[in-house]
Amino acid sequence: MPFDAIVASLKAKHPNLATTEFRDNRRLVVKPDQVFDVLQALKTEHGFDMLFELTAADYLKYPNATDRFGVVYGVANTKTGERVYVKAWLNEPELTLPSVFALWKGADWLEREVYDMYGIVFAGHPDLRRILMPEAFTSYPLRKDYPLRGRGERHNFPVITRAES
Amino acid sequence: MAMNIPDVMLARLDPLANWVRANSLWPMPFATACCGIELMATGASKHDIARFGAEVMRFSPRQCDLMIVAGRVVMKMLPVLQRIWMQMPEPKWCISMGACASSGGVFDTYAVVQGVDRFIPVDMYVPGCPPRPEQLLQSIIDLQAKIKATGTFQGTEFDKRVEHMGPLPTPELPADVVVAPGDYQKSRRISLN
Repeated sequence: MPFDAIVASLKAKHPNLATTEFRDNRRLVVKPDQVFDVLQALKTEHGFDMLFELTAADYLKYPNATDRFGVVYGVANTKTGERVYVKAWLNEPELTLPSVFALWKGADWLEREVYDMYGIVFAGHPDLRRILMPEAFTSYPLRKDYPLRGRGERHNFPVITRAES
Repeated sequence: MAMNIPDVMLARLDPLANWVRANSLWPMPFATACCGIELMATGASKHDIARFGAEVMRFSPRQCDLMIVAGRVVMKMLPVLQRIWMQMPEPKWCISMGACASSGGVFDTYAVVQGVDRFIPVDMYVPGCPPRPEQLLQSIIDLQAKIKATGTFQGTEFDKRVEHMGPLPTPELPADVVVAPGDYQKSRRISLN
């Protein structure tokens, strides 16, 4: 099914659905509260049975950007090979999205990674905790307002000397 | 082989023990990155670390006396490194192999420790990215010379080194400053504003 037909089908239920385009990459832009419905429709009605990508980007100080975080879902139809990207914009302090773990079990670690790196909360995730950084880490390192060299976390350890080891 | 060896030889215990220790180092390969591949090459037949008595790589720290930190160590791994170091019995030595283990290398990011010598004592530093096996062999030869010269019986000669000798941690930066890792000479800070 071509992309335009999918958009037309989804617009019947979500009239304010938008699309953007960059070169040959066309995406659906949805509101945060529509994310689950749109992705569920893509899975159940259009056969997009695989979530191959779930990531985010921080647009802080990005030229002409109007929103802070963009969360990107990439879904694929494994029978036809079609791929559709769905993008949702988020702004502080409302950094919450519905979890799509109920649709694709593979969303588990992907959502945990986005939470770990950006602090975006996925409501309904069964086990939302940090996946890469240590539990005690307090910052979200891929945010653009986090310094490249960190805030001293990498040197916050006891020093073992010859005399005590 | 007719050699005129006397029945009894006298020697001081310390140099004798040091001589034995220097020629029978048991490495603990703490290999986390590409330096670990060179470490394996050093142990393989072409370079043959066994020529220097250090071929017995043990993966239990209880059986080792030489830790070879080969590769970058991130902040999540450093407590593991320290724990393994503490589990190794005295006498023990440490080789920091490669640029990343010695200084963090090109990985000047929030997660990578900028040199393991900030947190554990290091005896030998091997430069290179990654070092050639010959360089690692040279560091083992140098470490043998160091052990023969300084030695250890109960670790007493290390009493003097109780102070932290590595570079100090970098101070906390303001949140809106982005630091470019490239300009190491002036350590210039680039702001996006």
